[in-house]
Amino acid sequence: MSRPPIPIRARIGGRAGLVAQILLLGAVVLLLAWLARNAAANIAARGLASGYDFLGRSAGFDISQHLIAYAPEDTYWRVFLVGAVNTLLVSVLGIVSATALGVLVGVMRVSRNWIARTVATVYVEVVRNIPLPIQILVWYSLMLIAPPPRAALKLGDHIALSNRGLYLPWPQPSTQWLYTLAWIAVSVAAGAVLERWLDRQSRISGVARSFWPGWMLTIIGTAFALTVADNPESWSFPRFHGFDFEGGLVLAPALVALWAALTFYTAGFIGEVVRGGIVAVAPGQGEAARSLGLSDGQALRLVILPQAFRVIVPPLASQYLNLVKNSSLAVIIGYPDLVATFGGTVLNQTGQAIECLSLVMAFYLAVSLTISVLMNAWNARTAAWSAR
Amino acid sequence: MFRRGLLLAAALLALAACKDPGSAVNEPAPTGPGVKGAPDLALGEAVKAQGATLRTIRARRRLICGVNTGLIGFAFTDNRGQWRGFDIDFCRATAAAVLGDINAVRYVPLGSTERFTALQSGEVDVLWRNTSWTFSRDAGNRLDFGSINYFDGQGFLVRKSLGLKSATELNGARICVQTGSTTELNVADFFRSKGLKYTPVVVDTEDQAHAAYAKEACDALTADMSELAAVRAILDNPDTHMLLPEVISKEPFGPVVRQGDDQWEDIIRWTLYATILAEEFGITDRNVDEMRRTSANPEVRRLLGVEPGFGKMLGLSDDWAYRAIKAEGNYGQIFERNIGRNSPLKLERGMNALWNAQKPGLMYAPPMR
Amino acid sequence: MSAAMRPPPRRTALQWARTNLFATPLDAGLTVILSLGAAWLAWSLIDWAVLQATFTGESRSACKGSGACWALVTARWPQLFTGFYPEGHRWRVAAATLLLLMAAAPFAMRHAKAWTYLLAPAGIVLAFMVMGGAHVLPGVPSEYWGGVFLNLLIGVTGAIFALPIGVLLALGRRSNLPIVKALSVGFIEIVRGVPLITLLFMASVMLPLFMPTGVTLSRLMRALVVITLFEAAYMAEGVRGGLQATPDGQREAAKALGLGPVRTTLLVVLPQALRIAIPALVNSFIGLFKDTTLVFVIGLLEVTGVARQALADYAWQGKDVEAFAFIAAVFWVVCFAMSRFAAALERAPKVKPVQEPA
Repeated sequence: MSRPPIPIRARIGGRAGLVAQILLLGAVVLLLAWLARNAAANIAARGLASGYDFLGRSAGFDISQHLIAYAPEDTYWRVFLVGAVNTLLVSVLGIVSATALGVLVGVMRVSRNWIARTVATVYVEVVRNIPLPIQILVWYSLMLIAPPPRAALKLGDHIALSNRGLYLPWPQPSTQWLYTLAWIAVSVAAGAVLERWLDRQSRISGVARSFWPGWMLTIIGTAFALTVADNPESWSFPRFHGFDFEGGLVLAPALVALWAALTFYTAGFIGEVVRGGIVAVAPGQGEAARSLGLSDGQALRLVILPQAFRVIVPPLASQYLNLVKNSSLAVIIGYPDLVATFGGTVLNQTGQAIECLSLVMAFYLAVSLTISVLMNAWNARTAAWSAR
Repeated sequence: MFRRGLLLAAALLALAACKDPGSAVNEPAPTGPGVKGAPDLALGEAVKAQGATLRTIRARRRLICGVNTGLIGFAFTDNRGQWRGFDIDFCRATAAAVLGDINAVRYVPLGSTERFTALQSGEVDVLWRNTSWTFSRDAGNRLDFGSINYFDGQGFLVRKSLGLKSATELNGARICVQTGSTTELNVADFFRSKGLKYTPVVVDTEDQAHAAYAKEACDALTADMSELAAVRAILDNPDTHMLLPEVISKEPFGPVVRQGDDQWEDIIRWTLYATILAEEFGITDRNVDEMRRTSANPEVRRLLGVEPGFGKMLGLSDDWAYRAIKAEGNYGQIFERNIGRNSPLKLERGMNALWNAQKPGLMYAPPMR
Repeated sequence: MSAAMRPPPRRTALQWARTNLFATPLDAGLTVILSLGAAWLAWSLIDWAVLQATFTGESRSACKGSGACWALVTARWPQLFTGFYPEGHRWRVAAATLLLLMAAAPFAMRHAKAWTYLLAPAGIVLAFMVMGGAHVLPGVPSEYWGGVFLNLLIGVTGAIFALPIGVLLALGRRSNLPIVKALSVGFIEIVRGVPLITLLFMASVMLPLFMPTGVTLSRLMRALVVITLFEAAYMAEGVRGGLQATPDGQREAAKALGLGPVRTTLLVVLPQALRIAIPALVNSFIGLFKDTTLVFVIGLLEVTGVARQALADYAWQGKDVEAFAFIAAVFWVVCFAMSRFAAALERAPKVKPVQEPA
């Protein structure tokens, strides 16, 4: 930005630059053409099919986990979708839990409490310096030596962990849920509106607020809706019966292991991002907040974190992107993500390496692109804020 | 600027032209006698034409065998780093037949995705790697399956007290099945196709499936036949359990070679058949020398190279089968040593018994004439 | 509980404990819960890994206790470190390791002479020759190389050959020439946008298709090509950071002294940018070194691959946790040391600023 505008001649680099660029482009085109010719010759010599026609053919194999309807008779294209959804599922689960744990770790890293600081530091140094594939394999091995269902580890009445997976309650489809969801939506909306209004009032009056009636309204409303819905008809609970649990939602061992590994690994990095953000806020800010009579918690919540947030978001987005890419390690423990299904089984069946891998890569590039576009939009917005 | 562009282009081209020091080095010469009289062939020549694979192997004096990256009983390395297992023994037998040295093998561990690529690109000479023979693999990929060295398939184990004669009588039964395997799919397909109902009792490992069945948690246990036989053997009263006759899936494992070199395919196929024939004739690694001297059976004499001219047809010397049997023993010995009764797997011969055994199996080699 | 911004002044132990452990009731509760949890975790770990563990034996049946079965590691340690390299030739692995470390050393030093960098590729080629034989020693093909050594080989080779490409890409990305810029940006973003595992699959199943008929690259070479290009894209971003941090005044001063653009870049901008970028490059190398545990998916027997092979031996079936815990420990020691080192570099005073003309 401080640079002066570049004259057009310099921008194309003069005649020498132009010639060099044309030569470079020519070399790249030649290289690609050479590779394409080799590929065509090799494909012909090996009797491999080429083109994307196979996407319409029936896959003929089953996938152990599919969120969208799938049967072996479905097409290879359907396999692609199932794999992509599975990748997105574990990515979203991982992003949510890694963010929560990461923020906790980051705040602990700068805590005044020595033990908290130390525990968080040890945690970060351990998870960041052990390769993720190894962590995934360790989690998976641990899942498999977990007790059998008969002796499952139980958390409360409704959650259980055994070597066959993690069992969770799951809503039973019924019309009652529609009312419940509507009720929750109303409480959230009402809470948000109230909060906004109170916020404006407090800004006008200059009196800091110490509690949040709007959010409380939301929480109470949601809790009420869930309590009303909390009867045996509306939930399916995992119940031990015979030899295994029945009902509820079962997350397969591979999914649980992958989720856990991605969460604990990425949380280490997010923790450092959060810590960096907090440290980047001028120390005077915290002191000023406290001298205004805010408590430690209030200072963190109202003064430090909002400012740290702007520093945190760009590296946080790149951690999210890393998590999505790292979810491809699923293939080493057999979680049916996009790479394992489409880049693995389908490639194995059809032998069309170029087609399968290009589609898989295109998916990840699309995800990367989406995240960077969102990031840029966010940056533009915050730049506008700070300019205000 | 000009130079920078050139540098970038040069770097890209240099990368593309990157040569491979790995293939430029020579391995230590095999210790065995080796086979003379084969014309040398430059490494890296296209391995397509008739007999080219054999010529390449002789020139490098080493067989390159594609194997599993690790499968109990079939291919694994021991504490000293030596490869062992059922498939490995066939690699060694092939090396003995072709080069006269069981140690003239380089093992290349291959994942399931890359195994065919590695074979097609000439990285390996043959796959002895528990690969199921299917139509599309055989017809679609310019690959050929030599034969079958291990038959597997899925079946049912039940208590005799139920009085069942067929799996079609299992309507409404509770069936123990290991999850996440094709086993689970096959049993679902089988019951759907017969219009029958069943309750799956899904467990995660083979051990759990066995335990669940033993504790009568289910009426039937389904798994690969080889495994069911092993389970039955360790149950309290083996005689009170039986295998139902239906085999609901077929998993024929065999060696794979590139299409187009029929001589090499014949060598692989007949190396396997030589071990089967040896078992049929009662030839073992211990008595092979004696049999070679004393046997009057013309087929044995042809197999062991006493009658001349048979090895030549494969492009090998006449004692090719003698060397393979002397090195690794017959099919039964290879089986017992790695996956049979003397191994931790304790598998029954089952379908892999000889066709004329007391309990007949499917192992059958064409006659040696 | 926030406030790194309040450095505790030195006081007595009791006072220290009051401010650092029991400042508020909430703090005190946190302290108690966390210390109990940490102590329990540490104790169970020591109990499992040391007190109840079995350290020697030829198979898992030697492991009777409830603790870890380290016999797996002791029985197979030559494999875990050197792969299936022939016995009696393992000194060559040690020599090659030394060569690799020497090749990498200049990049870890802040004031290494320029010519030492140029020796790095020579060191690597020499390491390959020692391992492969190069017609002087008995040849050992790359299928026999493995274990931790292979992780090191792939990591160091990938990083050192990636650096020049990364520098070119970074310069290309900041170039004014639109085609050069577009190609650099395109390459960097595509490589950084996809997971390494898809690139490794590419190396194992796609690269053979792109080779002219009759030319085969060993799988190690194919993995190295892909990993080098992968690392180059990440290093390009590190170098770009260094380029951005180099003051514009430097470039202008060089121009004023009459240096052309090429010489300005080579003699003035790059040396400064690379020095600034070293911590980022070391961190990127740590990432790459960790990523090398993934190449077993294409059949290379680096340490994870060797461990998985051991687990396929009936003798060690089910001892997964021990095998992977051992690998985790090895990598932790190496990566932690390197990350401390990178942090120290970051804290050290930056390049001496050239005096701005008054």
